Amino acid sequence: MGIPTTSVAARVRHVWRLSERLREKAIEWAIRICGWSAIFFVLAIFFFVFREAAPMLLGGLDFKEFFTSPNWRPTSQVRPEYGILALLVGSLSLAGVAMAVAVPFGLGAAVFISEFCGGKTKETLKIVIELLAAVPSIVWGFVGLFVLAPLIVEWTGAQVGVNLLNAGIVVALMSVPIIVSIGEDALKAVPDSYREAALSLGASRWEIVYRVLFPAAKNGLLAAVLLGVGRAIGETMAVLMCTGHSINIPHSLLDPIRALTATIATELGDTVEGDEHWQALFTIGVVLFTITFVINLTADLVVKGIRSEKSA
Amino acid sequence: MSTVVEPAIPATTQTTMAATTQATNAIETRGLSLWYGDFQALKDVTIDVRPQMITSLIGPSGCGKTTLLRCFNRINERYGNVTTTGEVTILGKNIFDEDVSLSELRRSVGMVFQRPNPLPVSIYRNVLFGIRTHTRWRTFNRAQRDEMVESALRDVQLWGEVKDRLKSKATRLTLEQQQKLCIARLLPLKPRVILMDEPCSALDAEGTERVETLIGELRRTYTIVIVTHNMAQARRVSDECIFMLLGEIIEHSSTSDLFLNPKEEQTEMYIQGRYG
Ligand SMILES: Nc1ncnc2c1ncn2[C@@H]1O[C@H](COP(=O)(O)OP(=O)(O)OP(=O)(O)O)[C@@H](O)[C@H]1O
Ligand SMILES: [Mg+2]
Repeated sequence: MGIPTTSVAARVRHVWRLSERLREKAIEWAIRICGWSAIFFVLAIFFFVFREAAPMLLGGLDFKEFFTSPNWRPTSQVRPEYGILALLVGSLSLAGVAMAVAVPFGLGAAVFISEFCGGKTKETLKIVIELLAAVPSIVWGFVGLFVLAPLIVEWTGAQVGVNLLNAGIVVALMSVPIIVSIGEDALKAVPDSYREAALSLGASRWEIVYRVLFPAAKNGLLAAVLLGVGRAIGETMAVLMCTGHSINIPHSLLDPIRALTATIATELGDTVEGDEHWQALFTIGVVLFTITFVINLTADLVVKGIRSEKSA
Repeated sequence: MSTVVEPAIPATTQTTMAATTQATNAIETRGLSLWYGDFQALKDVTIDVRPQMITSLIGPSGCGKTTLLRCFNRINERYGNVTTTGEVTILGKNIFDEDVSLSELRRSVGMVFQRPNPLPVSIYRNVLFGIRTHTRWRTFNRAQRDEMVESALRDVQLWGEVKDRLKSKATRLTLEQQQKLCIARLLPLKPRVILMDEPCSALDAEGTERVETLIGELRRTYTIVIVTHNMAQARRVSDECIFMLLGEIIEHSSTSDLFLNPKEEQTEMYIQGRYG
């Protein structure tokens, strides 16, 4: 029965409750749209890159030549050639050198942070690693050009300091933070009861690391490494500055190289939209996209592997 | 140390000990106190644990049973904030002496945890984990290793169930099998003392019964200290019983005495179920 005083209050409450339901719906939708848009953007990026590359990819690209010829001469007046072998080998060898440096350091640091230090040291190290991750690519490029290059010339007697080794080290430094933070997460996720079990059987801390933690966290550690590789393949600016940017299949660490990413970055501005060179660069884009997509997908599946194993 | 059979104690101590083994206690503590930060979890604990017997540690939750047990293999020290004073002598050797190797101590003092914690490797490797840390690579050939695994698993009545899947992951076993495996992996090390922290608390009634039987059989070979929440279990399995309260030892006597004629009023109240 509507006694005036309560009915006002009740009506306010009623309206409030209605609007609450509405607000909840709105928030739900907002979140949903955010989620979908992430997927949409990825697809859209792929679509646009693919669309630009399509005329070449689908019409008359000689795949054999594209992947096996080391001659990248897109601007030749006589006969332009589009062979990405040297660039592909450049990118992959760069990733290889970078990982050869970054994996031992990154995993070592992850083990140290998660197992061998505590309290203040741990926090400090984690902050330093995060700062390392926040350094812009171009700054790393400067470090390679003006710090590392002279050192390399001095130590190895190479003629130029910008080469595979230089870029490898710089990219390694850029991948280390990813490897450390994901690797540390993986180690942290290993139940403490495993450590106690091994300790109570007389194992030393090092033994625990390589006989218990590595096997137990191997999926997470592998994912860390794969994401590091993804970073190394995808990096552009620092790579452009430190590799020497010359088309060349490297035979030693001191050879300059050229990476796929840097090629796109430097040449795209000089092309006419839609011409053959432009399409070739976008085709390289598709290749890069595929490589990083496969790497990330593998890393993802590997991480999923840990989860399902844990629940088993 | 080159072979499995040698226990952790240096040879000299060991020979003198062998003669007096019947007389000495397996574990002696003198004025043992322990602090976590500034919280005192053990207060002046003095006990003698007799060899080749099962001694149970009972007491209400939080009274320091686990803490005391974890002093005996010094695994407490992995927490940074632990301070210990007093003496603990195991098999005639003060375990806080400078020259004690933690690894050797833990070889002769094995531990079974409350929650079964097999390592995430195969059953076979779990059983041999301890041996691998204590002996040089390839001290034992394939046949000897197989033999060690089989005998350890037989001793815990697990061989029949797992002999066809020794290479499969130990973490896939049932909890009962896991706990038996955790006991089995101590055996190749030939420990003298086995510490058990509520080893059956994760198991169902039948599992508990079977593990208790197993513990009973181990008594002949090992000195066993078992923490339990369950007074019926203490009565069933143990020869001697220690009752603790708030970090202190209240009473220590034979299990039947402790339950039938407790000397202390607090013990009586506890066994009548007045402390939870
Ligand atoms: N790592 C630690 N840091 C600080 N305090 C601790 C730590 N471990 C145990 N304690 C405290 O020490 C006291 C004794 O703990 P302990 O685990 O030995 O008891 P318990 O008798 O085993 O209990 P329960 O029956 O619950 O297992 C408790 O008050 C506990 O809160
Ligand atoms: Mg406990």
